[in-house]
Amino acid sequence: MTNAKEKTKIKEQTRRLLNRFSRKRGNLIPTLQRVQAGLGYLPREAMLEVARFLDIPEVDVYGVVTFYNQFRLNPPGKHSIRVCLGTACHMKGGYITLDAWKRRLKIDRGQTTPDREFDLDTVACVGCCVMAPVTVVDDKPEGQVEPTKVDGILLSFERERKKRGKEKR
Amino acid sequence: MKASQLSGVAPTFQKIKKRALMRYQELQKAKAVIMVGAATCGRAAGALEVLRAFKSELKKQKLDCPVIEVGCMGHCYAEPIAIINKPGYPPIVYQQVNAVIAKRLVREFILGDDPCLEFVLGALEESELVPSLADFPRAKFEQKVILKNCGHIDPEDIDHYIAGGGYSALAKALQLKPQKVIEEVKKSGLRGRGGAGFATGDKWAICRQAPGSPKYVICNADEGDPGAFMDRAILESDPHSVIEGMSIAAYAVGANYGYIYVRAEYPLAVHRTRLALRQARKLNLLGKNILGGNFSFDIKLFQGSGAFVCGEESALIASLEGKAGTPNHRPPYPAISGLNGKPTLINNVKTLAFIRHIIDKGAKWFSGIGTKNSPGTAVFALAGKVVNTGLIEVPMGTTLRQVIFDVGSGIPGGKSFKAVQIGGPSGGCLPKSALDLPIDFDSLTEAGAMMGSGGMIVLDEDDCMVEIARYFLEFTQRESCGKCTFCRLGTKQMLETLSEFTRGKGEIKDLDKLSQLAEDVKAGSLCGLGRTAPNPVLTNLRYFRDEYEAHIKEGRCPALMCQELIAFYIIPEKCELTCDACVGTCTVEAIYSHPKKRYKIIDQEKCVKCGTCLTSCPPQYNAIVKLSPPSEVPK
Repeated sequence: MTNAKEKTKIKEQTRRLLNRFSRKRGNLIPTLQRVQAGLGYLPREAMLEVARFLDIPEVDVYGVVTFYNQFRLNPPGKHSIRVCLGTACHMKGGYITLDAWKRRLKIDRGQTTPDREFDLDTVACVGCCVMAPVTVVDDKPEGQVEPTKVDGILLSFERERKKRGKEKR
Repeated sequence: MKASQLSGVAPTFQKIKKRALMRYQELQKAKAVIMVGAATCGRAAGALEVLRAFKSELKKQKLDCPVIEVGCMGHCYAEPIAIINKPGYPPIVYQQVNAVIAKRLVREFILGDDPCLEFVLGALEESELVPSLADFPRAKFEQKVILKNCGHIDPEDIDHYIAGGGYSALAKALQLKPQKVIEEVKKSGLRGRGGAGFATGDKWAICRQAPGSPKYVICNADEGDPGAFMDRAILESDPHSVIEGMSIAAYAVGANYGYIYVRAEYPLAVHRTRLALRQARKLNLLGKNILGGNFSFDIKLFQGSGAFVCGEESALIASLEGKAGTPNHRPPYPAISGLNGKPTLINNVKTLAFIRHIIDKGAKWFSGIGTKNSPGTAVFALAGKVVNTGLIEVPMGTTLRQVIFDVGSGIPGGKSFKAVQIGGPSGGCLPKSALDLPIDFDSLTEAGAMMGSGGMIVLDEDDCMVEIARYFLEFTQRESCGKCTFCRLGTKQMLETLSEFTRGKGEIKDLDKLSQLAEDVKAGSLCGLGRTAPNPVLTNLRYFRDEYEAHIKEGRCPALMCQELIAFYIIPEKCELTCDACVGTCTVEAIYSHPKKRYKIIDQEKCVKCGTCLTSCPPQYNAIVKLSPPSEVPK
């Protein structure tokens, strides 16, 4: 649960992010995009703040947030994994890739690992159909991601983490 | 409009053009110009590493050559692509470049004089040294109009676009009466490339005549069809062609405000479009009193938040107004009452990209391409099981066979063609018998598919038709906004029936129920999403009913794709005893050695049917097979 201190912090951050927008209803989606870019997700407090800022009912904000695929209500992981399920990717085994990610990360689509290292989701199509099946790892589209490459990608993150750990020590 | 103001447009534009040409020629004076295809697809293939390699090697060799990030040339199968333009040589296109090749090209071609022919795809001009791309067999069928600039100009530099003839159509249009511009578009016969194929000129005329002010022009770049990336490629490779088309449209209908509605999932397209808008504003090609005339128009970029239904124009407008994107009743059409209740012209990216060519070269030139009822060219994103994947542009009326087998070079791996899926979730799968169908709006609709926005996925014998119908239904069902009952609940029921089939369950009579329900969903939905969602199922039932029957009656998937109906099996006689490839690659450790005879066995309980073992088994043994139904596996 978010405590009172965190709540105020989120509120303040949201307010700062809203600064450059004018208070028009038409700005609802751009403001939400900006807030999500800043906070990584849309916590309850941030949505309330947006409703107050644009002077619209809170339910309208929630309705829009839950309607669009882009918005998320829970905090993201450090690394984002987006499995493309476009037609080309699907036919070349995107669903098998998704299964592999699920199996390795032990989470379902739309979830974040308990250590908040990874979050897993799907995307309708990133338009790199030629390299199918594609997984977008931290905004970088990776091509031909088959189950063995899933393991490879995870291994490279693991190595990086160990390296960082050593440097710290 | 006052004559004195009109006369100002042409000289102002001439000044801009002269400057652009000078800058462009300056560029060509370098020892060599390097262009790297860095659209999203190129980047995914490693274009950015290639770019860095070129830059670092040039620096090391103390060479001062411009390295330009260009867009997508359409030859996706050959990515990453680099073009080197060195005086004395034709511009040479290199394929599958990596950092090592990039460094070699700098040392041996730019510094030395060896064009490294082993990495060449082709040249852009005729020469004795390298075969030209225009001589490729596929070039006979292609005709690039709106993709012409893509991959050949710097999308982040407006001067490249202007030097190549850009914005001259806008300057020309501004000196005509708006009605004359509309007349020209009408005469060209251009039909909207968003999928439905409504006559563009008529739409413009309706919007012009509609009372109300201000009016808006919206570019629909909410390309949500899975498997389609034409709009992305155009915005990433040639954003100004869309901006110019929008400005001409706005002048014609009398609009002063425009929006480009682009998917937030396309960050590079967003970035490059934003940059293009800024550059156009700076040269007064957008903004107040464009080119010194009295027409004012500016464009804002709006990022769509990932809802497929927002590609539907009334839902798109709701989304722009800050609401959930649910469609509304039409009529009134947006051209009469759209954004904020004002007349709003909505055109697709490709439609708008055609406009400058129609104004520049005339309606007659345009209507001379393609077929009588569908003039012009069609852009397709060719993907799936085809050798030369990529972005292609062919005149309307080209047959599917020419596109897939001549331009796309056929099916890889010696497999046989099964179907081609056109138009994404709104379209359908066409079988072998439809291969000689000339592609245009009407012929495709008649065959049960749809032009859609232009995704074309080739399917081979390994693809299951029941599964692909289920896949599209799953997509449309998830993306249904929920407004109409038939779309919300009907697609859900259809999806459940199809999912049962892919598990080998269900009854034959369900097939008739399914097609009845499909017709009902079509009839009972308000917008294009629901009205076309059943198309993939209906065409599939029409052309591939035998596959459905195999699933239901025998629990067998003929294409060996449906996971619950297949099993992997290692043939003991073929398995090479000392080889451990499958054991090592199995992601769930389901493969073990027979305790006495040592050949490998798959634990069917553990197996997740990912197929990794199948690819890891050395081809000379080829011991692993897929069997359907799973009961085929010997005990």
